[in-house]
Amino acid sequence: MNRAIADALAAAPERGVQEDVMVLNMGPSHPAMHGTVRMVLTLDGETVIKCDPEIGYLHRGFEKQCENATWSQVFPYTDRLNYCSPLLNNFGYALAVEKMLGIKATDRCNYIRTILGEMARLADHFTSLGAGALELGAMSAFLYAVEARDHIWDLVEEVTGARLTVSFARIGGLKEDLPDNFAERWEATEPRLWDVIKKLDQLSTKNRIFMDRMMNTGTIGADEAISLGFTGPVLRSTGVAYDIRKDSPYFAYDRVDFEVPVGTNGDNYDRYLVRLEEMKQSISIIRQCLKGLPGGPLNVDDPHIMLPPKELVYNSIEGMINHFKLIFEGIQVPAGEVYSYTEAANGELGFYIVSNGTGKPYKLRVRPPCFYFMGGIDRMIEGGMLSDIIPTFDTINMIGGEVDR
Amino acid sequence: MSRAALDGLVATFPQHILETTDRLGDEVAIVAPAGLLEIATWLRDTPALAFNMLSDVTAVDYLARNPRFEVVYQLYSVSKKHRLRLRVPVGAESPSLTSVTSVWLSANWAEREVWDMYGIRFEGHPDLRRILMYEEFEGHPLRKDYPMQQSQPRMDLRRKERDAVEEYKTLYVDKLAQARKAEP
Repeated sequence: MNRAIADALAAAPERGVQEDVMVLNMGPSHPAMHGTVRMVLTLDGETVIKCDPEIGYLHRGFEKQCENATWSQVFPYTDRLNYCSPLLNNFGYALAVEKMLGIKATDRCNYIRTILGEMARLADHFTSLGAGALELGAMSAFLYAVEARDHIWDLVEEVTGARLTVSFARIGGLKEDLPDNFAERWEATEPRLWDVIKKLDQLSTKNRIFMDRMMNTGTIGADEAISLGFTGPVLRSTGVAYDIRKDSPYFAYDRVDFEVPVGTNGDNYDRYLVRLEEMKQSISIIRQCLKGLPGGPLNVDDPHIMLPPKELVYNSIEGMINHFKLIFEGIQVPAGEVYSYTEAANGELGFYIVSNGTGKPYKLRVRPPCFYFMGGIDRMIEGGMLSDIIPTFDTINMIGGEVDR
Repeated sequence: MSRAALDGLVATFPQHILETTDRLGDEVAIVAPAGLLEIATWLRDTPALAFNMLSDVTAVDYLARNPRFEVVYQLYSVSKKHRLRLRVPVGAESPSLTSVTSVWLSANWAEREVWDMYGIRFEGHPDLRRILMYEEFEGHPLRKDYPMQQSQPRMDLRRKERDAVEEYKTLYVDKLAQARKAEP
């Protein structure tokens, strides 16, 4: 629809006040262009008639690096893909290699992965909504959202020892179990998160300026969105209830009860509402998982996959050799290929892995959800106003680390 | 899950399907390059299959193998909730393949990335430019014979940026003028 407006404008014989169109370079260093991305905009007055996004400013050769690292050494690289929710990337990669090895993580591990994954999703959505509000001028909403994100990061720090670059997952399990007082800590944090969600809702949802800027801007239709490869909240805002957690459940998602919120118009406002509702669902999922958290072992019991405990490494020759082989040669993954997919905060995070039977991946491809958003963002922007780019770019929540890899 | 899709493919395009597997629960069809576009359209438009989303396109460089490259398409059907993977072998000599941008819009950027990283051309792609690397980059970094520590030559400052106004003029204004001239 927007395309049609842009085409009509571009082909209009008379140009009005301004004789010629204007080219505007938005980014790569622009406060609203998160990460670094550049848009070459062709403007007729304030209407965008052509938008050409250019990515790659954050490219660091993720795939090339992974081909030269052992299977376990890839974890720190995955932290830096979507740096708003590193835990989800960790778990997505671990799941892919586990699928390749043909092993299943333990029940307890699956539950903990679900809990931590949903916490990461909450942090990601808080960042997205807060930054979105900030760039529309709502400074206080941003401060509340960042405060809530900090509460989550405090919890993440308690569990993993790091706030951002966590590298917490292991193939076949996790680095360690939840701390003993985790449930109490969560009990204390949860009301604060509800408080902030309520505040965000009060500050933004019925805010006149916010509504004017978000409603009917950056619109995309369901069929077009599917064809463009959109997933996650952006696709759900068009009314398509595609959520991998529901459609092909992994971890403990088949044992918890949650809703998949969908929008109707596919505009910025719907994407905002979908994210807001998803946060409520995430909190509910965490609460259910904590309630049903099973006991039992955390990691799979297989010396070919899991590192031995440190006491064995330092006190027995078998443990030492086991440790040495796993660190230097890496986990031996059988030859083959696999595509594994999880629902990250922004949509389908896929890992396509090819192994040639050695300790290093032969090929490791990430399917980042944001890459496809950027491939289709011109369709959401063209025909709209220059100022609509800001909310549109915010609600697709592009993460540079993931797009450019 | 989509075993039916594989059987249907083999029955409808026996000349183009080289092999099918379903190891580890992933249905895979190896497709001859000549049949790619036809098969892609068929997979999208057959109501029982309805593969309306192209999740991902990537390539693998099997340096020692012949044909050397394999382009990999991950398909998904949002309505039927099943998946399928197509693998298309591509030779090492000036590798090229038919573009599927006319079937799925997401192929646009995905194919640009494959061209950038592996140097595989896509015939019929509307805008096959590099995407992550810059225009002057030499070589294709994800090929297995591209060394990890390879350095790139220094390049001069660009005298002029790519000019979107010029593009706009050739796209619309010039065409419009020509159309006017053609009118009586």
